[in-house]
Amino acid sequence: MTKIGLEIHCQLTKLESKLFCSCRADYREFQPNTNICPVCMGIPGSLPLLNKSAVEKATLIAMALDCNTPSKIAFFRKNYFYPDLPKNFQITQLNAYGNTSIGWEGKISVGDAKIRIRRIQLEEDPGRIIYEGATEKTKLTLVDYNRAGTPLVEIVTEPDFENPHQVREFLIILSDLLENLNVSDPGLEGAMRADANVSIEGGSKVEIKNIGSFHDLEKAVHFEITRQESLAEREIEIVQETRHWDDGRKITVSARTKEEEAEYRYHLEADIPWIRINDDTKNQLQVHMPESISSKKERYVSKYGITPQVAGILSSDRYFSELFENAKNETNAKDVANMITTDIMGLLDTREKRDSSKLNAEHLSALIESIKSSKITRTSAKLALDEIIKNGKPLQQIIDSLDLGHVSDEGELTNVITQILKEEAKAVEDAKQNPEIVNFLVGKVMQKTQGKADPELTLTLLKKSLAIG
Amino acid sequence: MDLGISALNYVSGIKNNEFTVEEFISKSLERINEVDKNLHAFLQINDVAIKNAKEIDAKIKSNQDVGKCYGMPISVKDNICISGSKTTCASKVLENFIAPHTSTVVSKLSSEDAIMIGKTNLDEFAMGLSTEFSAYGPSKNPWNTDCVPGGSSGGSGVSVAANECIASLGSDTGGSIRNPASFCSIVGLKPTYGLVSRYGLVSYANSIEQIGPMTKTVKDSAFLLNIISGIDPNDNTTLDNKDQDYLSNIDEGVSGKKIGVVTEMTNPDGLSTDVLNATNDAIKTFEKLGANCEHVSLQMVPYTVAAYYTITSTEAGSNLARYDNVRYGYEMDSSGFEFNSYISQARSKFGPEVIRRMILGGFVPSAGHAGKYFLKALKVKSKLITEIKHVFEKFDFLISPTVPIQPFKFGEKINDPVSFMMVDMNTVTANLTGIPAISVPYKITNGLPIGIQIMANHLEENSLLQAAYALEKTVDLPEVSI
Repeated sequence: MTKIGLEIHCQLTKLESKLFCSCRADYREFQPNTNICPVCMGIPGSLPLLNKSAVEKATLIAMALDCNTPSKIAFFRKNYFYPDLPKNFQITQLNAYGNTSIGWEGKISVGDAKIRIRRIQLEEDPGRIIYEGATEKTKLTLVDYNRAGTPLVEIVTEPDFENPHQVREFLIILSDLLENLNVSDPGLEGAMRADANVSIEGGSKVEIKNIGSFHDLEKAVHFEITRQESLAEREIEIVQETRHWDDGRKITVSARTKEEEAEYRYHLEADIPWIRINDDTKNQLQVHMPESISSKKERYVSKYGITPQVAGILSSDRYFSELFENAKNETNAKDVANMITTDIMGLLDTREKRDSSKLNAEHLSALIESIKSSKITRTSAKLALDEIIKNGKPLQQIIDSLDLGHVSDEGELTNVITQILKEEAKAVEDAKQNPEIVNFLVGKVMQKTQGKADPELTLTLLKKSLAIG
Repeated sequence: MDLGISALNYVSGIKNNEFTVEEFISKSLERINEVDKNLHAFLQINDVAIKNAKEIDAKIKSNQDVGKCYGMPISVKDNICISGSKTTCASKVLENFIAPHTSTVVSKLSSEDAIMIGKTNLDEFAMGLSTEFSAYGPSKNPWNTDCVPGGSSGGSGVSVAANECIASLGSDTGGSIRNPASFCSIVGLKPTYGLVSRYGLVSYANSIEQIGPMTKTVKDSAFLLNIISGIDPNDNTTLDNKDQDYLSNIDEGVSGKKIGVVTEMTNPDGLSTDVLNATNDAIKTFEKLGANCEHVSLQMVPYTVAAYYTITSTEAGSNLARYDNVRYGYEMDSSGFEFNSYISQARSKFGPEVIRRMILGGFVPSAGHAGKYFLKALKVKSKLITEIKHVFEKFDFLISPTVPIQPFKFGEKINDPVSFMMVDMNTVTANLTGIPAISVPYKITNGLPIGIQIMANHLEENSLLQAAYALEKTVDLPEVSI
């Protein structure tokens, strides 16, 4: 049987500062080596100062993944030399001397399968190495320490996945969950990374590292299974090894240097005293834990009568479900949900668009209200949405400036209708025989008024003009 | 003007207009100029000390608020950072390292208007007990310049003993304050782990080391401890001592107190006869002062030196790993090197003792050997803590000679690492258990000092200083002549 296990690293990007200093946790906007300080650079005499919110956020993740959580935690030093590691050790956690990591033995449902979580630990991210030109014979190796010390949560699963599809599904569920907990923004480049280990029936375990994106992870796992199966078919032994994902060629390649038995000389990080996480804190976290995606979905269906499909889409996206929650009321929930999923999601389909969007919940509820009270048509509403997203002005102002208001003035409409009746003489004749044709004429009026004509009034006036009842 | 006065007498001297800060600082600098070529207590002298002195004099003259230290010259061990100046740790590896931050202890002293007169010599990265492992040459014992001053805070010990400054800040990982205090005949206090901030102290074995005062009198140590102790937002391991005043009731005495004489630390086998005699004399003195002395056994003590070197080497291996010459260090052409071989080459600038401990530190906690060494050492540590806890239920203090022997000659022990390490026998217990310990000058025999160590329970610095002061009052030691 094929067995796949994952090791996921997720940055707590929603935190203000790094794990042990006050530098920014989100380093992406900075010029290289400007988001650093003596602590994250490991300058002699500096001491790590624990970011307590990181402990809370990591505990939250552990609880959301059904893990056991300890009453106290400690940090350990993992010693190894690497250019991206300022202190040449990483401050991390270890479950060797009692359970000291932030969570262990959890589980998560993926379709019908249960994936077991082995452990969750809180640690610091190293810096970033940039191989200039990134070719085999690159001349320079550059290091950017802006990332060094960013709070990272490592989630290790048991080898419970049976195929790449399950891996993919799991990653979608996990990143939605992390986003929903408001601990991380998995969409940010490098915020979520994963290593995988893969073994097929009768073969050794192979580790795949260096996988840049979740999309590639599925591919890498797929490739690795195929590779191992073809070896097995030809009765070639599958050796235990570490392979790297070659992003360019989309294949796994054996790590050039044979990775020796890891020698990390783990020992307690004495600069950070043991941290108690008492039941009070855990209860508080539980009480304030964001509603889970599945319970959100259920609520949307049962309370607001939203279709399961729409509810599913809405609940799994933190941004849109928040917009929904803030815009909905007793009467408009269904319309708000539909407008988000049919119109707004299409308009805001990238991070950049969401970030620059000026649309807020008030706009949205006002928009629904205006459609309901026939102040504007659905067609006009779409035009208004475009404008609101761009400039965020109040709805009424946009209706006025774009002249989107309904033409509900009888005199004005009558003039338009008179004109249409002249232009469409044939249709007028037909309409007298076939009342269905009236709708065609309504359409023409709409066209002429650029969708602003009040549809009901138009129908009444047309029927009156045609003298049909 | 007497440069040999205590910190408290310095303060009253300034207050009584007996001398100005500038006069005292100038005289101190002259003294350093005169004696330090020979003694080599200092690695660096503060070149704006006179300017600082003038500023404080001006404040005094114009009746502005002046800090408690009134410009007294204090020397600082060169593993404690002062922003903008070199912190070498007496190593070639940090020859050009300019600290970007000031340690909390120095900040606190500066805000009380102390003048940091200079940075003092030490064994490289505080590993050693004689200053013979300083990359810049050893300091010499002012009592006999053929002898070591003790270490690793040897430069600090010499600077105070030779009246080059009023007091000093040292650091103590296994006796590095108390050992040179004993060898130089001054007072040295290792506070409870966490009482004094380590922010700005270059880590060697960060789970057990502390910064502490090295002074001419016990009262001076209390005076400095008042300033440097307490909780620090820059050090998560610091403890809240609620601004305790260690000076106000220092005269309480030891009457009725129970003192345990640690059998394993007064074992005639390991002790020189003179040290043993001095210790027995001190026991009698305490009894005369009304204390109750009794022998007590700490069975873990014979294992402490081995445990100490195992634990400190492990931590040193980790703490010193950052000196890979990548982000700071010295000129070295990197072309042609693979990363790991570059590091090896860069690290060859470390001295022999540091290299010895790094190798040990790579070995004892490694996957195949941790069970036999590192984890066993941790077990000794935790058993020792239990023993100490138990002992302090019965006793107020524990005493022993600070060092089992008197200052030895240069080169005498350096080639015999194990006998060298055994010199730490009596001091490492306080570090492994985190309790406070003080060395008080007690005798000069054969022209060389002997110090007595007193230990107390966690955060019992107040009573510890009372006991030390009571003992100090009974002795009248000669001045060092240099």
